Parts: sequence; structure tokens; C-alpha cells
Amino acid sequence: MGELLRLDAVSRAYGAVVVADAQSWSLAAGEALGVIGPNGAGKTSMFNLVTGTLSPQSGRIWFDGRDVTDMPAARRCRAGMTRSFQVPQPFGGMTVFENTLVAATQGAGERGAKAEATCLEVLARTRMMPKANVLARSLTLLERKRLELARALCTRPKLLLLDEIAGGLTDSECGSLVQTIRDVRETGVSIVWIEHVVHALMAVVDRLIVIDFGRVIADGEPHAIMASREVREIYLGLDADV
Amino acid sequence: MTHAVTRSSRTSRIAAVVGVVLLLGLSAAPWWAGRADMRLMGEIFLYLSLATLWNLLAGYAGLVSVGQQAYVGLGGYALFGLTILVGVPAIWAIPLAGIIGALVAVPVAVLIFRLRGAYFAIGTWVIAEVFRLTAAQVSALGGGSGTSLPADVVRAMAEGRDAREALAYWLALGVAVLVIGLAFAILRSRLGLALTALRDNELAARSLGIDIWRTKFIVYIATAGLTAMIGALIFIQKLRISPDAGFSVNDWTAFVIFIVVIGGIGTLEGPILGTLVFFALRETLADLGTIYLIALGVVAIVVMLRAPSGLWGLIRARAGAELFPISHRVRGETQQGDR
Repeated sequence: MGELLRLDAVSRAYGAVVVADAQSWSLAAGEALGVIGPNGAGKTSMFNLVTGTLSPQSGRIWFDGRDVTDMPAARRCRAGMTRSFQVPQPFGGMTVFENTLVAATQGAGERGAKAEATCLEVLARTRMMPKANVLARSLTLLERKRLELARALCTRPKLLLLDEIAGGLTDSECGSLVQTIRDVRETGVSIVWIEHVVHALMAVVDRLIVIDFGRVIADGEPHAIMASREVREIYLGLDADV
Repeated sequence: MTHAVTRSSRTSRIAAVVGVVLLLGLSAAPWWAGRADMRLMGEIFLYLSLATLWNLLAGYAGLVSVGQQAYVGLGGYALFGLTILVGVPAIWAIPLAGIIGALVAVPVAVLIFRLRGAYFAIGTWVIAEVFRLTAAQVSALGGGSGTSLPADVVRAMAEGRDAREALAYWLALGVAVLVIGLAFAILRSRLGLALTALRDNELAARSLGIDIWRTKFIVYIATAGLTAMIGALIFIQKLRISPDAGFSVNDWTAFVIFIVVIGGIGTLEGPILGTLVFFALRETLADLGTIYLIALGVVAIVVMLRAPSGLWGLIRARAGAELFPISHRVRGETQQGDR
């Protein structure tokens, strides 16, 4: 399988606060990668760098064979990468269907009946069809998260970046969301997923990286990573000499 | 079960029929209305057009300009300059004023798009002041005291006063239909979808592939050109222009913002309702002088506190009505939120 995304020594700091410190890693086409790390480690900043809402101070980002480091966010989306936001960002005054239509027409560049068909198909797949005519501002948290996913899918992405999409959901809500994401994976979409709900993550991803202080401190098979010393130090607060 | 997407509703179809009938009646006004009524209606159409444009700009594209008087004045001065100095017939000077407005707006946009939020608003005002001060330097057009449209230019427009008044009225009605029709076409299109998304959430819009700068640029240039055209029409009615009248922030921006805000910003119907309310207040209270302005202020404050989405927002929340079929409805299985 070819390489879809590569970060090459990407760095970014806000004054003394380093959110990305010479970060290098890559993602193969079709792969599902999980990202974990403590709060403030720079996980969402990494998404901002990848999608183009934040510019790196040094390093390059490659996507689908192209150097996208200087490409604006909107063009990166049209090139095939989409994200969901940790705090859902719906178009509140538009209906759920119209939210997805924005993604299909602007992100995927589809028109007319084809764009509408894409939206209807995705709404069915993400189980949002019953809410199609509801204004997005009146949705519940789960529905907003599903809308984030639906909208992202309507841009017909090659790469889907999910930012804590399972956070704040009940177990059963989380379970059905995980199923939906697995279905998405089946269609060949590559996924990078930041998540604190580790069991949800483990059910989907085939590789895991750990980020702390803007650096990748571990990268490998999920179960091995979770059992590793670095992760236990971060998550269980163990001292280095235990 | 299959689903289909529809856009029109029973309300919008009724509104379309009523709109056409109303338009036919209004086009015939020179045969049934007096001169004073026609002047008032002409003014209403021009304010309706200005309000619709400002709504596109501020309500959708998020460009809260308090300097649209720059283009009203520019259009007015373009009309006077083209007719007096170049000898262009007044009728042709109107579309030309629009083109000049759009062209001038290009460098202005490049400059002020670097500013955000409140800074943008102040920037637009400063630009308008620069335009006003520049106009006052043009001695060929009367400098600071302004000038009148020469009698031969006025006479060349149409034979006789009645014909001229009718022409000015039709032009005002025509431009209102053009502006609302264009705003409707834009909002129904792919660009409109991008604009509506921009209105609701800029961050998400950008992440879903919308080129924000380009979208705002298109809207700014289009509204500037049309605003300049309206400016030319306003001063064809007035027959006289001066820097203070042409670039008045009160007349061409403050009243327009009032109309859009009380009517309902970010909806196509809002400015129409707002224009009607504004003129109803003005025609009943204007004789009271200062009290009229106090009343306008009170109405604005009450609406902003009690109905931040304007009077149309209130109606829409209660009845779910939409006169212009812009939104999409999915039909098929039972949908929640159907009305």
C-alpha cells in the first residue's frame, strides 16, 4: 500500500509552548491510526497542522504524493482530507441535510442531483436520516457528533481525521458510533483518530501513536503500545523508576 | 424507501403568485398613483435594494460594513461626472456607475479584507470618509458644495415631467427586482450554500472546502457595484449631489442597518419586512422631528433585546414560513421537524 500522509519534522510553538516538536510519522493508504496522549499534548494542534488551519514553523507535510505544507485549508479539503471537530461546529441555521450538502458541493465539488444523492446515502449510513430536516442547532450531542461525521464523509475524503468524536457519549451511543466508523473504514477511507475513550479506539485502529509535549513518544501495534511503560507513565502516573 | 429533495413549499408558491400580482400592480403605478406617492414608493424600492445588499454583505458574508455610503456616493458622483463631464446620457450612466463601483471595490477589498471584525467595520467607514473628502476636491463637480444635474441632461432622459417621474419610478422598481432576484438566485446556488455556511460557522466552512476569501470577495464586489448603481438612481431622483449628501453615513448606512436588523438579518425576507416597518414609522412620525429619531432608536433596542433575529425571525419561529424557496426539504420516510 502506498503512503497517504507524511509529516516530516513538523514543528510549531506558541512562544515557549511547543505544540509540535519535529514531529515525523506517516500513514499508509487504507490504514486506521489512533492517537492518544495527555491533555495539552498537541493532538488537536497536530490536526490543525495537517488540515491547514495552523501553519508549521518548520518541516513539511505530504498528502497523497503532494507537498501540502503551504496549501490553504479549503484546498486541502478538496484534495481529499476532512476532519471532525472535537467541539462540534454545525451550521446551526441550516438543516442537517443542508449541512451535508455544503460538504458535498464545496468539499467534493459535486453538483445538483449527484450531490443530493451523496448526502442522502451518507445520512442513511450515519443514521441521521430521521433528522434530515431538523435545524442543526437543535441537535443533541450525539446527533451533532454524527453530523460532524456525516458532513466529513460527504466531502468524499481519502483521509478522515476524527477529533474525540466518542467523547461525552454513553456506552451504547459510543458502541453504535464505533460501528458506523468501522463501516466507513470498510469503504477504503484512511482514518486518523484522536480519542480518550480507549476501548472505542482499540475496536477500530490497527496502529497507535502516543503524543506528549508535541513529540511522538511511541508508535506501533495498539495492544503493545497500551502495555508499554511510556503509556502507563502518562495514563497511570507511574514514576519512571517503578 | 427512497427519498427526494424538494425546495418549494405551499407558502413559497403562494408567495410567488402574490409577488407577481403585486409586481404587475406596482409597474402600473404611474397610471394609478400620484406624483408624491410614486416618489415615496421609488424611495422605498431603493432602500429595499440597499438593505438587501447590506444583508448579503453583513448577514451572510459576515462583512459588517458601515461604509456602504462610499459606493452610494461614488455611484452618484459617477452619474454626475459621466453626464456633465463626459456627456454620457443619464440612462447609460447608471449601469456604468455600477461598473465603476465594482472596479473601485477591487483594490478596496484587497486592502480592507486584511482587517477583521470591528477593525473591518471602522476600516470601511474610513474608506467612505476618504471618498467623501476626495469628492470635495473635485472642483469640476462643485467641490465641497456639490452640483446640480444640468437641465439639458434631465430633459434628455424623457419628454415632460410626468414621463421623467415615471421613468425614475420604473428604474427604482427595476433595480429592486434585479437586486432581490439576484440575491435569491445567489442564495439558491452553490455560492449561496457556501455563504449560508459562512454565516453560521466560518471555521467549519473553511474545513469543508469553502474558499472564504474568494467567497467574501465575490459578494463584496457584487454588492459594491449594485450599491453604486442604486446611488446613481438615488441622485437621478434628487437631481442634486454634494459630498455630505452622497457620502452620508446616516442616510445610506445607519438607516439601512436599522432596516436589516429589525427585519431580520441573514434572511431574504427580513429586509423586505424591515423596509416596510421603517417607512411606516417614518411616514407617521417624521413630522415630530427629534422624537422620530428617538422612536427609531427605541424600536431598534427593543427588537434587538426581544427578537435578536428580527421580526421575520419571530414569524419564522412561529409559523416556519419561507417566502423564498431557498431551503431544502427531504421527503420520504417520516421526517422529524417537518411542518
